Amino acid sequence: MLEKAIYGGRRYWVWVCFLLSLIGVGFLAYLYQFQNGLGVTGMSRDVSWGLYIGQFTFLVGVAASGVMVVLPYYLHDYKKFARLTILGEFLAIAAVIMCMLFIFVDLGQPLRVLNVILHPTPNSVMFYDMLVLSGYLFLNLLIGWTVLGAERKEVAPPKWVKPLIILSIAWAPSIHTVTAFLYAGIPGRHFWLTAILAARFLASAFAGGPALLIILAMIVRKYTKFDPGKEAIQTLGKIVTYCMLINVFFLGLELFTAFYSQIPGHMHAFQYLYAGLHGHSQLVPIMWLSSILAVIAIALLVFPQIRKNESLLAVACAATFFSLWIDKGFGLVIGGFVPNPFEKITEYWPTLPEALITLAVWAIGFLVLTILYKIAVSVKEDVVFDKYGERQIKAE
Amino acid sequence: MSMNRREFIKIAGLSSILGIGGVTGVTALKNSVEASQVSKNPEALTAKRWAMVVDMSKFASEEDFQPCIDACHRVHNVPHVTDNPKHEVKWMWPETYEHAFPGNEDEYRAEKYQHMPFLMLCNHCENPPCVRVCPTQATFKRKSDGIVMMDMHRCIGCRFCMAGCPYGARSFNYKNPRPFIDESKENPEFPTRMKGVVEKCTLCYERLAKGLEPACVEAAKEVAVKKGTTPGLIFGDLEDPASEVRKILSERFTIRRKPELGTSPSVYYII
Repeated sequence: MLEKAIYGGRRYWVWVCFLLSLIGVGFLAYLYQFQNGLGVTGMSRDVSWGLYIGQFTFLVGVAASGVMVVLPYYLHDYKKFARLTILGEFLAIAAVIMCMLFIFVDLGQPLRVLNVILHPTPNSVMFYDMLVLSGYLFLNLLIGWTVLGAERKEVAPPKWVKPLIILSIAWAPSIHTVTAFLYAGIPGRHFWLTAILAARFLASAFAGGPALLIILAMIVRKYTKFDPGKEAIQTLGKIVTYCMLINVFFLGLELFTAFYSQIPGHMHAFQYLYAGLHGHSQLVPIMWLSSILAVIAIALLVFPQIRKNESLLAVACAATFFSLWIDKGFGLVIGGFVPNPFEKITEYWPTLPEALITLAVWAIGFLVLTILYKIAVSVKEDVVFDKYGERQIKAE
Repeated sequence: MSMNRREFIKIAGLSSILGIGGVTGVTALKNSVEASQVSKNPEALTAKRWAMVVDMSKFASEEDFQPCIDACHRVHNVPHVTDNPKHEVKWMWPETYEHAFPGNEDEYRAEKYQHMPFLMLCNHCENPPCVRVCPTQATFKRKSDGIVMMDMHRCIGCRFCMAGCPYGARSFNYKNPRPFIDESKENPEFPTRMKGVVEKCTLCYERLAKGLEPACVEAAKEVAVKKGTTPGLIFGDLEDPASEVRKILSERFTIRRKPELGTSPSVYYII
């Protein structure tokens, strides 16, 4: 099926070349970082994780959210998601690859990365993160490829793939739970030391991931002959709505506990992020931007009449995605480090090389996604669906 | 040459016995070589759990504590990164009360306590979170004496331990540390580090093995001799009821940093 990726129109190749150029620039920036050390980033002794780990955390959520289309289709036989599942699975693959790359570019000694396997350490959450992420990548590659291959040959997918699909449904929440445990089990970082962190992660993931998937489905529909289905998009919109509301509710729970108890350590990070602390307020504007985007998204999403208008739904999804991208891909990580264990404040902002490397990892993810979607769409374009999204007969 | 079945079995059996014997012999030899390599120096200082008491009455000014820091950073080739405070590497340094013991501030506490230079170092916790989170066991607690060790050759630089440490005891080499080490003062007996690894106080395990006290403790003693007092850093075995550390703990009021986190630090402060 891979051969379908090398036949494309002018628009396809321009897009691929654009991504390749971003990757090239980012690769040069990475060589610079490799040569000079992580000192070329904005990270410090006090804020020792930054944009890379934030992006990793956010993208694990995007990867896990694939389950939001896989579960209704395979467990509840919700046929309208039939055409969407492959897009969800392939998005998960691209997201996991980006996660792994973000971990890699964050390492001070990247050439020693195999030490994690050479010296397996079951008491470290990082060890489990490696296991669940690689397992999830493997499952999605195998399932996605097999099901699509069967579709291309116009046969039913092999029976052995069903148990793997069930396994992948159970596996998806695990990747994000384990990622939350990286943070939630650390003593002395009040902002992360909260039992609800994994639940918050899952809620934001199941809002942000499907929001991205809706936008991707709309793009696919616009530029190819493959239509993932209007109703499928509307159902996904409902999922985004509920999960975004749950996410904001969970954030509210955190704020209540911090500010009603009035325990300084619990309030500090929120104060720093949303109001500034001791005259340090570098992140306040973007955190408020995230909050305003969340309000706009919810205002557009909760009313079915608005949500049913697809262009407004697209705006709502973009607002959801960027709101969560700021909140989880940036604020969550930095907030945990400010103030530091001495209750002093060191601020963080990414540098140019750091931003270029981050952009390049996203470009690699989008390149993988483009190739996988190109293959999926090429296969799907040859197939005709009935009103439930079930494959019927081959088009002539 | 022809060989019947009986002969073949005889030779095969004999050679396998020789083979096993040979392997055993080599293993025994190897063990004895290894054993001689790691056999302890009889002079080495040993303990079940090393601990340190910092007597703040002896640290009034910079001239009292700076020799301890200098001694530590000199023997361990700790880079003096001056161009960017964000990339600072430190194993031992002073903090005021409000920063050393956050959450215990009191605006009416006497001035002299507020400005005391509390010496910070790795707490060598009994239950260290940094060890728990490290994905490669590059940082580990030594079973024999409780020192939280650091293998800078295994560290992958993921900095999980820095997020995990509630005491801010760990530094990361954001750049090549070697240009920031004064060559004239470099200690050739202790390795320098490369960029991209985490480092921290290891309680001078290399000096203990030679029968020497930690460099900071030795420096504190020199300061005490000069001033005609007792030293401000007291080092000993927490599990030995007869040790000097235990004697102090049974007589004086001491505090530890963030004991509520359950890490059980091995560094005590007398105010």
